[in-house]
Amino acid sequence: MNDFRYLPMTDRDQKEMLETIGVESLDELFEDVPDRVKFDGALDIEPALHETALIKEMQRLAGRNTNIKDYPSFLGAGVYEHYIPSVVNHMLLRSEFFTAYTPYQPEISQGELQGIFEFQTMICELTGMDLANSSMYDGPTALTEAAMMSCGQTKKKEILVSKTVHPEALEVLKTNAAGQNLTVVEIEEKDGRTNMEDLEQKYTSSTACVIVQYPNFFGQIEDLQKVEEIAHSDKSHMIVSSNPLSLGMLKPPGEFGADVVVGDAQPFGIPTQLGGPHCGYFAVTKKLMRKVPGRLVGQTTDDSGQRGFVLTLQAREQHIRRDKATSNICSNQALNALGAAIAMSAIGKYGLKEMAEQNMQKAHYAKKTLEDKGFHAVFTGPFFNEFVIEFTKEVSQINERLFEKGIIGGLDLGRFYKGREKQMLLAVTELRTKEEIDALASALEGAE
Amino acid sequence: MTTENQALIFEMSKEGRIGHSLPELDVDRVDLDELIPSSFQREKAADLPQVSELQLVRHYTALSRRNHGVDSGFYPLGSCTMKYNPKINEDVARYPGFAHLHPYQPENQIQGAMELMYNLQNSLEEVTGMDQVTLQPAAGAHGEWTGLMLIRAYHEGRGDHQRTKVIVPDSAHGTNPASAVVAGFEALTVRSTDEGLVDLDHLRELTGEDTAALMLTNPNTLGLFERQISEMAEIIHEAGGKLYYDGANSNAILGITRPGDMGFDVVHLNLHKTFTTPHGGGGPGSGPVGVKNDLVPYLPAPIIVKEGENYTFSYDFPDTIGRVKPYYGNFGINVRAYTYIRTMGPEGLKQVSLQAVLNANYMLRRLQPYFDTPYEQHCKHEFVLSGKRQKKLGVRTLDMAKRLLDFGYHPPTIYFPINVEECLMVEPTETESKETLDEFCDAMIQIAEEAENTPEVVQEAPHSTVIGRLDETTAARKPVLKYSREA
Repeated sequence: MNDFRYLPMTDRDQKEMLETIGVESLDELFEDVPDRVKFDGALDIEPALHETALIKEMQRLAGRNTNIKDYPSFLGAGVYEHYIPSVVNHMLLRSEFFTAYTPYQPEISQGELQGIFEFQTMICELTGMDLANSSMYDGPTALTEAAMMSCGQTKKKEILVSKTVHPEALEVLKTNAAGQNLTVVEIEEKDGRTNMEDLEQKYTSSTACVIVQYPNFFGQIEDLQKVEEIAHSDKSHMIVSSNPLSLGMLKPPGEFGADVVVGDAQPFGIPTQLGGPHCGYFAVTKKLMRKVPGRLVGQTTDDSGQRGFVLTLQAREQHIRRDKATSNICSNQALNALGAAIAMSAIGKYGLKEMAEQNMQKAHYAKKTLEDKGFHAVFTGPFFNEFVIEFTKEVSQINERLFEKGIIGGLDLGRFYKGREKQMLLAVTELRTKEEIDALASALEGAE
Repeated sequence: MTTENQALIFEMSKEGRIGHSLPELDVDRVDLDELIPSSFQREKAADLPQVSELQLVRHYTALSRRNHGVDSGFYPLGSCTMKYNPKINEDVARYPGFAHLHPYQPENQIQGAMELMYNLQNSLEEVTGMDQVTLQPAAGAHGEWTGLMLIRAYHEGRGDHQRTKVIVPDSAHGTNPASAVVAGFEALTVRSTDEGLVDLDHLRELTGEDTAALMLTNPNTLGLFERQISEMAEIIHEAGGKLYYDGANSNAILGITRPGDMGFDVVHLNLHKTFTTPHGGGGPGSGPVGVKNDLVPYLPAPIIVKEGENYTFSYDFPDTIGRVKPYYGNFGINVRAYTYIRTMGPEGLKQVSLQAVLNANYMLRRLQPYFDTPYEQHCKHEFVLSGKRQKKLGVRTLDMAKRLLDFGYHPPTIYFPINVEECLMVEPTETESKETLDEFCDAMIQIAEEAENTPEVVQEAPHSTVIGRLDETTAARKPVLKYSREA
């Protein structure tokens, strides 16, 4: 019976165990499953494969994909290809980390707990906030949880969100808001940034929060000072979604007075993997500490005074509070948070600054190179590592041509915005070389 | 495990050390002030660590040695299905053709990934007996909420706006009532009988025109099969409600019974439980949701469909509840789950459940003489013990859990479900050998004896861990949630 390497039970084991239980057969253990719901026969799924055949099959599937390590890619739009120090994967493969569960027993989970405590500290450093949780599913769901928390705390029902926020984050936000009977009001975009006049007009005493992205979906840097003035003109929260890498260069949202800063730590050591799993982060001011969703790790001492770490403020959470919890989140992205912390430690204080600056320098070089060749940059405001170019043809056609020349072009904005079918959002990270950028510019010739 | 105190990475940091090798900047460096106004520039660098690569490796290796995973030892944490996480799954998920794909690459560049997702959708549909699966939800609780939003959309789509209540058993996971509230419902609690099963009379009382759904785990969190499942389905369906299956315990039913055949309308699965993807210290997981045909129009788009030889994303869901997650769900986790399904095949998956159930029953009967067992019937993949007897001797379930740490085990889930006094919930899983089960039972029996003869040994446990019992009260009263140099 033992055809499966993950199943250690032998015939003899089975016989002895059945005897101890006092039953004749395995079937007797399932007598409580009524015949009318019993499943007869074999599941109609693909047959089992031995390890060597399995590897071949999985390699076949992987081989049918074009991966962005084989082609220079200018895709970004919320998911970025960055330098991943080799140590990140090696440390994540320490199986004491990845085969553990949520650290409910702190005495044998100090490694995980300390690693997450360090992650929380790093997120606070980057965002300029007082505290951060142990992670959320991803940036967009973190943004949504922030809005929900804000509505709960302010007892208001209206969420103001800029149209320059990631369109898929907007979609997730709307799905969630519908569940809670909250209203989402979108603020118009102007010149690639949030239209402040529109924000001022739509801001009312029912506004629970104002949400902007920094840098925004088009790569542009929002004027957080102005957002703060409006958001705090009455009792509402200022929520900023931020690419944490950009905060190596940019003034952190906390310094502008943000109440909540969220985003995705994917740029730190986490492969793109078709969009998930990534790693949402969630940081707040001290005032909101007891309203935060998800797990928080805190420092304490043991009975002999030794420093240790525990999950804390658990009275907020679903396993204690059930229907009164601040969120239903249970599993988050702990391992990816650990990976992000390892990557941030490797990149380090000055490395982060250098990495962020390289993104900015190379993206600006790319934009200037394209402009010099006669391409039209749609937005002119300050930007981080992404910018928008308008072509004379549809982006889908241009991307096909680029791919023939061995380049993966940027995002077709027509995917999300009617009327922007000829606009491409290009991301340039530290991994793109001058040679690749120049090759992109040459490959695009004729589409200006 | 190691016993020396481990410094924080910030404490070993020294100005001038680096642990990276960034590419060189090969374009002309332009003065930053020309690129962005100085008012947007950060003045003080984020104070990340400055360590060498070896220091970093030693630090995280030391941390890993202060952590217990399935690979370290037995982890019978009830309702969490802490089974072996196959190593090949980790290899496959790291193939560049899976790990380094961008979600906005066009379909023709990711056909292999789409084929995999399509096959996984189909496999999960077959295992659960549902008509269509979405891979979008990121974890179990996320799947619960997604499923409840689908049920809400279904009722409202029929102009039925009065269904505001979701019924949840008292033994349910905390995520069930929490998810119900996040989906805009009120959660009602249905009692369990003395036998540990849903009280049908009480269920009838609670069910009515305002019932949106009943959320149920089967086997339930006590590890007992709800044998009257068809009657429950009838009660709920006759009242116009829907039946939601919490797949947290599906490790007991693979190839034995299917939620779709039991009358469930919506299912979520925790791929990080039943389908061996690692728990990662609390995620990332994956929580696909399956539905019956009448709920398909409401699914979050996209779903992967096959057209001829090609795979394509279908956005044709006019009544969709909208996206629940960006992109295509936790693809990297789904790759691991699919690798596992292909490892086991139909016969292997059935063996998984048979052996998981046999293991649990074996342990239950071995431990029964020493602990109170509130329910007499055969269990499924997990079972509960009550520490009532030991409590009378001054030894609480928490103490016994801490004592198990001295034996190198992760303790069972404790004080859950909440309807069993001094509860210990044990889930061995099928990947553990009889020898391991026996050794664990021996340890439990020794602890029961210690509770009688030398209770202080248990009360003062653990004795061998890197750290003693931690002061959780102070942690919550005066929270220290980050490191600060000044402190």
